[in-house]
Amino acid sequence: MTIVRPYGDTTGDGMVQLSFTLPVPHDKRAEGAALQLAAKMGMDPAMLVHAKQMGDGFTFFVVYGRVTHLVDTDQVQVVERDYPLLSAKEINAVIKRRVRRRLNVVGACIGTDAHTVGIDAILNVKGVAGEKGLESYRELSVTNMGAQVSVPDLVETARERKADAVLVSQVVTQRDAHLLNTRAMSAAFREAMPAGKRPLLIVGGPRFDELMTAELGVDRIFGRGTTPREVASYLVHALAGSPA
Amino acid sequence: MGGKLGLDPRVVRKARRLAARAGQPVVDLARSHTTVSVERAVLRLAGVRGADADGIPWVNRLVDAVCADVGLGHGVAVPVFHAMRTTGVEDVTVLAQKAAAGSVRFAVPEKKADVAAARRLAKRATGDGLKIVDRRRAERERLIKRWGDPPQRPWIYLIVATGDIHEDIPQAQAAARAGADVIAVIRSTGQSLLDYVPEGATREGFAGTYATQENFRLMRAALDETSKELGRYVRLTNYASGLCMPEIAALAGLERLDMMLNDSMYGILFRDINPIRTFVDQRFSRQVHARAGIIINTGEDNYLTTADAVEAAHTVTVSQLLNEFFAHEAGLADWQLGLGHAFEINPDLPESFRLELAHALLARELFPDAPLKWMPPTKHMTGDVFRGNLLDGFFNLAGALTGQGILLVGMMTEAVVTPWLSDRDIALQNVRYVLNGAGNLHEDFVPAPGGFIRQRAHQVLGEAVELLEKIVDDTLLTAIADGTFGIMKRPADRGKGLDGVARLEASYYNPVTEALEA
Repeated sequence: MTIVRPYGDTTGDGMVQLSFTLPVPHDKRAEGAALQLAAKMGMDPAMLVHAKQMGDGFTFFVVYGRVTHLVDTDQVQVVERDYPLLSAKEINAVIKRRVRRRLNVVGACIGTDAHTVGIDAILNVKGVAGEKGLESYRELSVTNMGAQVSVPDLVETARERKADAVLVSQVVTQRDAHLLNTRAMSAAFREAMPAGKRPLLIVGGPRFDELMTAELGVDRIFGRGTTPREVASYLVHALAGSPA
Repeated sequence: MGGKLGLDPRVVRKARRLAARAGQPVVDLARSHTTVSVERAVLRLAGVRGADADGIPWVNRLVDAVCADVGLGHGVAVPVFHAMRTTGVEDVTVLAQKAAAGSVRFAVPEKKADVAAARRLAKRATGDGLKIVDRRRAERERLIKRWGDPPQRPWIYLIVATGDIHEDIPQAQAAARAGADVIAVIRSTGQSLLDYVPEGATREGFAGTYATQENFRLMRAALDETSKELGRYVRLTNYASGLCMPEIAALAGLERLDMMLNDSMYGILFRDINPIRTFVDQRFSRQVHARAGIIINTGEDNYLTTADAVEAAHTVTVSQLLNEFFAHEAGLADWQLGLGHAFEINPDLPESFRLELAHALLARELFPDAPLKWMPPTKHMTGDVFRGNLLDGFFNLAGALTGQGILLVGMMTEAVVTPWLSDRDIALQNVRYVLNGAGNLHEDFVPAPGGFIRQRAHQVLGEAVELLEKIVDDTLLTAIADGTFGIMKRPADRGKGLDGVARLEASYYNPVTEALEA
């Protein structure tokens, strides 16, 4: 069974909830307009359960209703983890055995982005959700450049530290800043270093599409909820091969 | 034993004494140095306006020219006003333009009479700037009398952040009509590390709008219009932080901003700005804020976004005590101290709300006359907007129960998007419900003696005293270098902006500091 519908309280009822704002004052016509939008989005029947005017010319709506769409789970495309998830101990052991030196990791928030929560969660000893960050791995040598790092500085530091991998975090997405910054970053590395000498380029952030690696010129994209161990396991997989 | 927590006044006094001892070396450091931004602020108050064709302000060009000829350690006031006398130029902005073109040489005069004459001119010019600041303060007091303060505490503080001042204005006005008492215009994320203040009205910023004198003026004028319409004075907030904090403080005073984010350590910890640069800039900007009648907002809430809110609770208290010491030293009164703290404990932790109440009440009891700034959850906002709205409701309730002064309205879409119109409306509805239903609950809320909340508050205060003792022994600069606050390690000889710091020469003269310390 690969065809599913949304579930309200009965299998197959197709019920969803939706909220949105229309730039019109609240009146009968506004409610009709909200229902029209819901209908065009495939909600049939749609129930307008809440409408409230905000300020002069806006109304907020909550709509419940049945959608006519079907979802085929066989058609879904996602990036599944294609490497084994290792423990910290295993990660250190594989690096020691296969690489015979510590792996150098350089991390930064680039561009104007000042939000270091992401890069810190992955790199700082403190880590996130009870999992320690990459700094705590004996076989990883981590340089965290912090926030608002320029791309040339990042390339320079990566070169200096002989980085095996560069981790870039991007939280701010206004005007697609995360995409523009990432493209600028990968282009700069391509320009500065020949293919074989380039570090592994990894970006992370809550609003990236993990399928966009080729488009952004990076090796891997990590999305929301990524843990340090996942990143470390990927580094080992990509740079040292999986444990035999 | 006193107050709702039965804090031992001897322990509280000890904590303050330790904060003063920890802070004094930093004050001495600040008094013996100047920075390019302090000197540029002096020139702004002396009337230098505008920017060159590349957008670099004339104050930057002028300070750079003076530095190239005589260095920074004498201050720019005497070299600049001596040059005014010798060249016969009467407008200091014109002098800056000539200096940028390379047609003026700067010197520190040797004759006492020349020095005295240059000082006199500098004092008169900056005095004119300070007079505008004084007039703006009187104007604020008059308007508050006319239109009135918010009818309730806490004041409701809302953020706008579109990047475009002309979009910010209608959003800010709408937010004020919907109940906001304080509007903060978030800055573009890049600005804290710019070593100049951009000029003019700006329409493009990332996740915020550039702080410029013209943007300040436009927004204040728009909020005056809305204040009049609402019969309630709506306050305006911006950020005196980053590499240009002294200049932005001066511009805020000139354009009647009402509150400024101004933390003694934020730039060091979270923007990797050199500690000495920050402490020098800090002291000057706080002196300006004191004069301008501006309420500062400190940034302790930020430590809890990187460190654990339970383990690091006492670092917030320590930082509040230090911020209080630095603020008093710079001439700020208690009513101007919007000391920060936040609701950032992991909601999955058992008793998390009681812990929050203990921390919030501790701050309230330690600083009874300060309008504490209570910051909403951000770290544990997950994108689950329904849970987020509930968390914000508890945050609002904690604010009401513990009598906070300024409540930054939490958004259920924190960590998802910059707030939508509807997010703000739902958030304000949440605040209104709590304040309407339980706004005076702090009158009834007295934690039981020996109970969980009291014990926790005592424990945090005790840990704060221990940490202060350690800071006194190790010095504050070492504590910062070791990662005591927000687990960021920031050594005193590193960080951005160090090249803009100079030790004062014996001949140093700053007419603004002189007036502000008088």
